[in-house]
Amino acid sequence: MPVQAAPLPEKPRKRPSAAVHEVVVPLLVTLAAFLVWEIICRLFKVPEFLVPAPSRIWVDTIAIAPTVLADTAATLKTVMLGFLVSIIISLPLAVMLTASPTIAGALYPFLVWTQSIPKVALAPILVVVMGSNELPRVVITVLVAFFPLVISSATGLMSVPPELIELSRACRASKWSELWRIRLPYAIPYIFSGLKVAISLAVVGAVVAEFVNADAGLGFLIATSTAFFKVPVAFGALIVLSVMGVVLFQLVVIAERIFFPWSSGNTPVTS
Amino acid sequence: MIVLDRVTRVFNSRDGDQIVALRDVSLEIAANEFVTLVGPSGCGKSTLLRIVAGLALPTTGEAAIAGAPIREPRPETGIVFQAPTLLPWASVLDNVLFPLRMMHRMDSGSADKATALLKLVGLAGFEKKSPRELSGGMQQRVAICRALVHEPDILLMDEPFGALDALTREEMTLELLRIWSERPKTVLFVTHSITEAVMLADRVVVMSPRPGRVAEIVDVGAPRPRSFDNEADPAFHEATQRIRQLIFGQKHASSSRASS
Repeated sequence: MPVQAAPLPEKPRKRPSAAVHEVVVPLLVTLAAFLVWEIICRLFKVPEFLVPAPSRIWVDTIAIAPTVLADTAATLKTVMLGFLVSIIISLPLAVMLTASPTIAGALYPFLVWTQSIPKVALAPILVVVMGSNELPRVVITVLVAFFPLVISSATGLMSVPPELIELSRACRASKWSELWRIRLPYAIPYIFSGLKVAISLAVVGAVVAEFVNADAGLGFLIATSTAFFKVPVAFGALIVLSVMGVVLFQLVVIAERIFFPWSSGNTPVTS
Repeated sequence: MIVLDRVTRVFNSRDGDQIVALRDVSLEIAANEFVTLVGPSGCGKSTLLRIVAGLALPTTGEAAIAGAPIREPRPETGIVFQAPTLLPWASVLDNVLFPLRMMHRMDSGSADKATALLKLVGLAGFEKKSPRELSGGMQQRVAICRALVHEPDILLMDEPFGALDALTREEMTLELLRIWSERPKTVLFVTHSITEAVMLADRVVVMSPRPGRVAEIVDVGAPRPRSFDNEADPAFHEATQRIRQLIFGQKHASSSRASS
């Protein structure tokens, strides 16, 4: 006996309360936190070379707005280059790691090795080897950011139900179609959870690299302004960095929702 | 159609032991016959199905379809698993078309064929839906369409209704009978449910475990078309009793042997 033949009614759109929870509440809490910060600084007359009040940070940072903008652009460039290179090397690496135990055995030691080296220690050496330019900064960013992406992508590629692999074999499909039509799409939620970690780490990596070698960038701005006790500017740069991190993270989330709507919502919990 | 001749399948377990999943299984299945495999866990039902599917090879003995030995999966076989395992990113229609895509056999008539199949299983109008908008039973219907879309002459089903609730299960059993009567095929159907096995089959292959062997092949003489109203029919009753005896009788025998 056939079930109801009529298509189900359309799913209701996201309720307005969800938007309130996702956007309005976090913004209000952030504003309130700044307000409390301001009040405490004024009430207890905290010296501004220790913890400046938000109003002071705002004034001092706006005073050198063109510099801050240029530094933000420089850091963003390093972050994005590092992030892109991470994606470009991580996905093939994940495919190779899952392709055969032999390849996995050959690659794993190198991967673990790149992760066990302290990146801050490596940075000055890389500058000597590669020169004082964008290259060592991007390399550091990649080294900091790529590993979680490789691991979660590899986990995703292995998460395909065995029945689907058998179905693919029963269709006598090539390894390539199996990868392209089954394994990669299955890995999408895992890849995105890796991307979310990677974009946050890319910001960290870029700043680490700028501390060691840069003539621009928010990391450079923090290093120079603290050297001259311009603490409000350093705090300003820090806030810009954290906003950058949040915005980039949200862009990854939005990209997933737009391009892979079936993936978001059942993103697995990894790492 | 399908001939198994003294098929034995041995697995090497991780600690080096050899596990005999199937021993000397011989079986002949005629074209368009509906055969169910029933037996306790570990009796090699699924292994047998995989050998017929060409996904596993017999260690000794020979399995052949239409006279040709099975060495690899053949395109004219459809498979339905216990879990629907639909692709979550693809629409219902694309899921049904999936085997054709994988086999590079898509043509202009493929979509119509898939739509007709969905209509056959009562899912007309669901082509554009995503699998997660469907209930478990509906998803399994889609999986059946997926197994039928390349017009196989053999349909292999590995406990396809095992994950469904009891009511949906009965509904799907009748549904499968209806589909089979409209599109006759050779069906090999693995199940844990004796009622299901008897309701569906021309012959029920009762298997016994460790090592997996054919205990007996029970003919179900009940006339078709069948429904659960005929459950009281003496032919059903007789077959069900015999299978119960074969499965539980052995269990008692082996447990008394173990205790002595």
